[in-house]
Amino acid sequence: MSAVGNLPVLKPFRIAALPTHSCSLLSSRHGALLIFGLALAIGVGGAQAGPGTPSILATMVKWTPLLAQGFALNIAMSFLAMAMGTVLGLALGLGLISLLRPVRAFSWLVTQFFRNAPWLVLLFYCILLMPFEVRIGNAIVPLPGWAKATAGLTLPVMANVAELVRGAVQSIPSGQWEAAEALAFTRLQTLTRVILPQCVKRMTPPWMNLYALVVVGTPLASIVGVGEAMTLTGDVLSSEGRPELLVPMYLYLLTWFFIYCYPISRATAALERRLQVP
Amino acid sequence: MAANPADWTPDQPLIRMRDVRKRFGATTIIDGISIDVMKGEVICIIGPSGAGKSTLLRCVNALVPIDSGSILVEGREVNDPKLDKLALRRKVGMVFQQYNLFPHRTALANIMMAPLHVLKRNRAEVEEEARALMRKVRLAGKENAYPGELSGGQQQRVAIARSLAMQPDVMLFDEVTAALDPETVKEVLVTIRELAEDGMTCVIVTHEMGFAREVADQVYFTDRGVVVEHGPPAEFFTNCRDQRTQQFLSQIL
Repeated sequence: MSAVGNLPVLKPFRIAALPTHSCSLLSSRHGALLIFGLALAIGVGGAQAGPGTPSILATMVKWTPLLAQGFALNIAMSFLAMAMGTVLGLALGLGLISLLRPVRAFSWLVTQFFRNAPWLVLLFYCILLMPFEVRIGNAIVPLPGWAKATAGLTLPVMANVAELVRGAVQSIPSGQWEAAEALAFTRLQTLTRVILPQCVKRMTPPWMNLYALVVVGTPLASIVGVGEAMTLTGDVLSSEGRPELLVPMYLYLLTWFFIYCYPISRATAALERRLQVP
Repeated sequence: MAANPADWTPDQPLIRMRDVRKRFGATTIIDGISIDVMKGEVICIIGPSGAGKSTLLRCVNALVPIDSGSILVEGREVNDPKLDKLALRRKVGMVFQQYNLFPHRTALANIMMAPLHVLKRNRAEVEEEARALMRKVRLAGKENAYPGELSGGQQQRVAIARSLAMQPDVMLFDEVTAALDPETVKEVLVTIRELAEDGMTCVIVTHEMGFAREVADQVYFTDRGVVVEHGPPAEFFTNCRDQRTQQFLSQIL
């Protein structure tokens, strides 16, 4: 009616939901393609093999227990990095929405740095800058390579989780803040009792997506000498000394990662679909 | 005037606004409003959209700071930098146009949250009162429903109960029926009318003229940030003097 009527502050406003990450989702077609490629590589490799050597399949089966051991380390590193990164990221994310400007600025700087730095660079820094053992009280705790690599992976997870937290908090309608404030909740109570519980649901799909990324990021640790599945595959290939094994073995390793990540990817997609329906 | 809550006595206005002004950027929203609300009184504020009605309510419980003027709520100066906002908000209940229930908690939990965590009261006692409030707003049986499972009118009644659970001295209603389906408007209005009849002090921003006429002790018509005219409803609706008021009423009635 009057000119005063166009004030944005008087209109109830809604912020768009978090962007989804469906573009990177795996499908069963990827799986079929992978199996086909593996079968093809085994066939071609078998044809290249000289007479009297064991078949490619038999060699794969022979090394499977060792690869499984290495893969277990990949999973362990991804779990630890995700757990520590989530805890740290939650704190950093709260820093991003702090009312104190210096806290906000500092958190922003940390988040941007670790989100945009290449993972491999962070890994190298952690491997080279962290000591090989630390003294806690009187005990000397060794820091093996895999632990340092896990720390290196934790940093980007932390920064990404911080961004997830910030985005999720900002996607909660402002009316929720107002209602909590009107009921005399403190800011901390509003966050812990009203805002963050609602964020968990919104954050779960992108968080699972991030986990899948961390899993496929763990082979980076092979470059810094951690004995995980990628490193072990390389060791197997050099000890066998058969070039025709190269393509099938790495495809075999890729299949392991696919089998592990595919259910996560499907679950993420299912959750996203369910959450889109209000 | 008493700027100290200890000096306030119930014969003084429960809310006393004097020359309240508020601007957002270059736009003046509230341009010198003075309103007194006595204990037990029901005030209806009407007026065109953008007249600053909702902002005025938000100023009363310090959700929005005012630029100048004074708002005393039971002797507490809202325009005081040292104001204890939480203490003020415990005394002032507010119900919003969009209900703003917490969607992750059940209706009963929504009502219990503030008494439990803000007032730190005993759980059993709070739960008993919350159930009584659910009955009061005629929603017995819906205690375990989530807000998303309730109709707009039901959600709004839970929101009223949630506010009442803090045992406030005054309730602010911000266009609480504006987002509702016509058939559910009535159930919410009935709830508010019952509250008013029980003696609750209410400041109601509304577009429901029939309702205002029925429950209000005083009706205020605001436009462009000022009170154009006010009076008891019988007089106000039949005998308004200002041309702007007449024009507004003719459009809406």
